[in-house]
Amino acid sequence: MIPGSEKAHQLRVQILAGGISHERDISLKSGRRVADALTDAGAFVVIREPDEHLFAHIAEDKPDVIWPVLHGASGEDGSLRDILTLAAIPFVGATAASARLAWDKAIAKVLVSRAGIQTPPSVTLPKETFRELDAEQVLDQVSKHMTFPVVVKPARSGSAQGVTIVEDATHLSRAMIDAYVYCDVAIIEKFISGTELAISVINEGAGSIALPAVEIEPRHGRFGYDERVVAGEINYYVPARLDHSIVAKSEKLAIKAHEELGLRHLSRIDVIVDEAGVTWFLEANVAPGMTETSLMPQAIQATGASLGQVYLSLAEAARLGRG
Amino acid sequence: MSNETPRGNNFDHWLDSYAARANTLSVSEVRALFAVVSRPEVVSLAGGMPYVSALPKELMEASFDSMMSERGNFALQYGGGQGDLRLRDQIREVMALEGIHASVEDIVITTGSQQGLDLLGGLFLDAGDVVLAESPSYVGALGIFRHYEAHVEHLVTDDQGLDPDDLERSIKELRAEGRRIKFLYLVPNFGNPSGVTLSEERRHRIVEICRREHILILEDNPYGLLYFGEKPPVAMRSYEEDCVIYLGSFSKILAPGLRVGYVLAPPAIRDKLVLANESALLSPSTFTQMLISEYLAKSDWQGQIDTFRGIYRERRDAALEAMAEYLPHLETTRPDGGFYLWVTLPEGIDSKAMLPLAVTELVAYTPGTAFYANGGGRSNLRISFCYPTPDNINLGIKRLANVINRQTELLETFGTN
Repeated sequence: MIPGSEKAHQLRVQILAGGISHERDISLKSGRRVADALTDAGAFVVIREPDEHLFAHIAEDKPDVIWPVLHGASGEDGSLRDILTLAAIPFVGATAASARLAWDKAIAKVLVSRAGIQTPPSVTLPKETFRELDAEQVLDQVSKHMTFPVVVKPARSGSAQGVTIVEDATHLSRAMIDAYVYCDVAIIEKFISGTELAISVINEGAGSIALPAVEIEPRHGRFGYDERVVAGEINYYVPARLDHSIVAKSEKLAIKAHEELGLRHLSRIDVIVDEAGVTWFLEANVAPGMTETSLMPQAIQATGASLGQVYLSLAEAARLGRG
Repeated sequence: MSNETPRGNNFDHWLDSYAARANTLSVSEVRALFAVVSRPEVVSLAGGMPYVSALPKELMEASFDSMMSERGNFALQYGGGQGDLRLRDQIREVMALEGIHASVEDIVITTGSQQGLDLLGGLFLDAGDVVLAESPSYVGALGIFRHYEAHVEHLVTDDQGLDPDDLERSIKELRAEGRRIKFLYLVPNFGNPSGVTLSEERRHRIVEICRREHILILEDNPYGLLYFGEKPPVAMRSYEEDCVIYLGSFSKILAPGLRVGYVLAPPAIRDKLVLANESALLSPSTFTQMLISEYLAKSDWQGQIDTFRGIYRERRDAALEAMAEYLPHLETTRPDGGFYLWVTLPEGIDSKAMLPLAVTELVAYTPGTAFYANGGGRSNLRISFCYPTPDNINLGIKRLANVINRQTELLETFGTN
């Protein structure tokens, strides 16, 4: 290669996708989409599994930057990011410590509420609580102090897996069991009726900016796993159909949550706007989906920018230690 | 300025254009969870993948070389809708092992027997028609019946196979309701997923009932030659030619990647199958048909089936031993051939809901719900012993036991079992 030629500056990106998680399928699809867009934008991209060959692949690929497009445990819980930090390889997205905190929905709720962001009242219950105390009495207490419907969800999981909207106390125990299948800690949260917004936040090195909020309108009233992965099941609106001032306020809230949680180059903050126009933080996504029906790519395209250029600038920011 | 309501983007601009039957195609969380099966750390007891590593590659290479040198230009060309004549003649030899004597004229080659089922669905099923099936029944067939908007009625099935008394009763009841019954669908040998074999006495009774009631039997027999001890009873098609449509496959006795199956049908139905095949595909792959034909002509294919039997018998034994060691309290079928064990879980455990936990513990299985069209099978799961090594089968069932025990503990905590 001739020094100084265009090729000499081609950014080398290693995408990590797949992994052993319940969201492996989505991760693989997301990884391929990010790879396609980066390649179109001129980067040299290799997709790898985060497996026992990780270090050999890093030595072979010599990436300038790694992009973990990994969902679920190890991808979002910070462990892999710790390893990449130890290996002194720049990577896109939250640091290990931040990812670890944000990935746990219960901890993320505490952190953002301390920063003055509203999040629905909830109770966090490890599985052991029910084992040590009498489960029936615990559920009775919960039922007495919470207004139904409630949302039961695993504290650490994604893509709405293990999530149940519970209309009354009789269905609470089944929902807890379904959540504990994914994670040993479950959250019971007040159900807020309203308009769901997904707000992607990116930082290309010049500060966090919110991309246009994407409004989510499920065709059949539910935004569960199946609806997320099947084209046609959800209507997405960008810009959202809410009042401009409410959308602007929500986007500001998303930036604040992103920064409080220290999510660096990218995140997706999910909120709900209730009928009174109040925006509630629901959760932060450390490694948002990047498939053809995912929310962050929609938000980027709504700005008129190309996915490839935005991904490339995020990768560059990571390489240069910005963001 | 337009006052139109914003339409939003649903990522499918053709949503209003699909045929109604497209709604029968669905994805599920279970399907997504199976993505982890490709990771080597995960022991998959889920898919029914034949152990093709036991097929000496030199056998296929020799078949390929001789096919290309002797019939290469034909192998690369379009063929007929009924399939290669020489292969159809050889299929007669394969079917003779199951007691069937048939004319080459009545055999239609298909792209796997799955396509044969699909062609039959297209020829016979109108929306609302009834297909009678075992409890549980093969998931791939249920998908086809659902696609043609048929209603599947599961019949009582025990360790001797489908219960003829329930068949008679159900036919009577369904007809009293004005329902139109088109097929009785059966996997009579080492069934998928149950592993159960239909007894000889019941086969005769079922044929007699269906002949009398004018109901076509779809005898789907991919596993019949993979017996571990005694051969199963001869195929129903061997003594009933008019009301039995027989489906065979090379997927389990050779290799599924070749995608070659066949249908043996009464002449009038055969004619329509050929037309349907031509309409769907022009012709099944000439290339793989001729490859199989060379393999059957020049190798010890029966010896190879015997090798497969030995491997699968060892794996069945490993699975049953592991079940006895780690999950002795669970009821399981004890198949004399084929690929599968059908396990009944402790009261209250939902196999579909438990699957994410299993994936976390690096083991995968198929939830019983996949094998019912009516939501049944929650308390069952299918274990496939065909692909993992005996050591991995043991490890997988050990992990599965851990998962079941954890789930049992959770249910006990909540008092829901």
